[in-house]
Amino acid sequence: MKRLLASFTLAGALALGAAFAAHASEFAGSLAPSSYGSSPTILAQATAPAAAPAAAAAAAPAATPAAAPPTPNKGDNAWMIVATLLVIMMSIPGLALFYGGLVRSKNMLSVLMQVFVIFSLIIVLWAVYGYSLAFTEDGPFIGGLDRLFLSGIFSIKDGAGTFATAATFSKGVVIPEYLFVVFQATFAAITVALIVGAFAERAKFSAVLVFAVLWFTFAYLPIAHMVWFWPGPDGIKDAATLASETAKGGWLWQKGALDFAGGTVVHINAGVAGIVGAFVIGKRVGYGKDSMAPHNLTFTMIGASLLWVGWFGFNAGSALEAGDTAALAFINTLVATAAAVLSWMFAEWIWKGKPSMLGAASGAVAGLVAITPACGFVGVNGALALGLLAGIVCLWGVNALKRVLGADDALDVFGVHGVGGILGAMLTAVFASPKLGGQGVYDYVANKISADYSIYDQLFIQGTGVLTTIVWSGVVAFIAYKVVDLSIGLRVTEEEEREGLDIASHGESAYRM
Amino acid sequence: MKLVTAIIKPFKLDEVREALSGIGVQGITVSEVKGFGRQKGHTELYRGAEYVVDFLPKVKIEAAVKTELVERVIEAIEKAANTGKIGDGKIFVFDLEQVVRIRTGETGADAL
Repeated sequence: MKRLLASFTLAGALALGAAFAAHASEFAGSLAPSSYGSSPTILAQATAPAAAPAAAAAAAPAATPAAAPPTPNKGDNAWMIVATLLVIMMSIPGLALFYGGLVRSKNMLSVLMQVFVIFSLIIVLWAVYGYSLAFTEDGPFIGGLDRLFLSGIFSIKDGAGTFATAATFSKGVVIPEYLFVVFQATFAAITVALIVGAFAERAKFSAVLVFAVLWFTFAYLPIAHMVWFWPGPDGIKDAATLASETAKGGWLWQKGALDFAGGTVVHINAGVAGIVGAFVIGKRVGYGKDSMAPHNLTFTMIGASLLWVGWFGFNAGSALEAGDTAALAFINTLVATAAAVLSWMFAEWIWKGKPSMLGAASGAVAGLVAITPACGFVGVNGALALGLLAGIVCLWGVNALKRVLGADDALDVFGVHGVGGILGAMLTAVFASPKLGGQGVYDYVANKISADYSIYDQLFIQGTGVLTTIVWSGVVAFIAYKVVDLSIGLRVTEEEEREGLDIASHGESAYRM
Repeated sequence: MKLVTAIIKPFKLDEVREALSGIGVQGITVSEVKGFGRQKGHTELYRGAEYVVDFLPKVKIEAAVKTELVERVIEAIEKAANTGKIGDGKIFVFDLEQVVRIRTGETGADAL
């Protein structure tokens, strides 16, 4: 026990070490005043937000120093708070119950526990260094350390407390940076939690935690930065500023990869880490011989439904404001998911003989995954088509493809999230075309939808994003699993596995009969 | 005295209980059990995984009765539990050596 705790601490310390060394003085200077004795200022600020101008964040307009910086809108704030809460709900309890119902009853608590604790762990790491490395300007592959411990978001100047703002996708529209931090924190947390389904029922709890720290640090943060980081639209005035502002963005952002709410960053990323994990850790004892039927599909249905509802925060919230794009993402998320439920169910009915509850629930998740990268870019008919395809393709993913791959991806993380994510990322290029009812790409110089949109060019860009994510996540995951395996071991003993992880790893049982 | 044990389909339990009450059986013990016979199991499909379920859920009823009642008990269970399909179950009859009613200490047929 001591050994595993020590190695866990070591992994965290390794990731942080350099950061601490470089920023120790700056960190101490900024943390102290904002943490203590400043609450009266915060209250005054909160009640009269218009009186004090928001601080100019890294994302605030730089080209117009004379104009007053934009202030957040209370409607946008309210929506983003709700959206963040929804993503928390889809993670715990949604994802936990969806996964929990799918394992055998002796492993129920281990799955709930892994999701619950990974969520908490990543939230803490996000506040410490994750947000800074993902969402501050530095290089094209990883951000900087300006926001280490979230320093600089709140500051006091001449007795007045100021809160930094974060840019959205609209010029002159900002939200409080703290809100952007927490919204993105929930994305990071659920992404890492998604992976546990692949090695469920046999992984050592300490190994799961150490892996989570390593993969989050070296795979999630760079991919999130590459795909999503940009300084915001406010600095873009003409072709020159478009080029200079875009050059500050992440590597895939610069290429023009479209990923509205996380097809690459969340789903392909987690799906690939999952399948690599299933290969490295090996099959469950008795796989293919013993029955490993889900112990409670009622929980799985409840979990899938919580995921569906929570996903509106995930997708519509990714608009970062309560406007037209949020509404578009909302309806697309609703329609695509419903279509995927039907297509999975009918396909299963035709090929396997019976329409199953597990099939319908899996179809919903497949639809949600596939529409995620597309939801703010495609039209409703595009969403409908995408959903119908997602149900069928992901059913193939958990059947034929799973047999070909031959790994014991216990809860089909790759079959649903990996395959659905790839499908969604690629089809975003197709259905985002204005000719097919999509939004195309926005031209921030002309301030209108760009006239020239090429499906083929965009497919190539999307493919670059997909391949980058697969390779990056796959390599990092493989190394991280190996490091954990060689240091503390990935698996529980065969005896513990047969007894069940609830008792063996956590000393408790989910059910008392 | 005889002990009649019958394995039946779970959804036939109420009919069997009514039939036994109808012919004067004073009490029965019921357990939920699993097993297999000629009916074999069935397959369940969870996404890509197919599992053969070997043991099917059944209900076991046990009734201790006077020897003269045993033929009618067998007949009643046979009739009530019959669906005509494979898997209806079986009836086993044993000799019963002794019965004691714990509250009163009565023994033998008086305790039934």
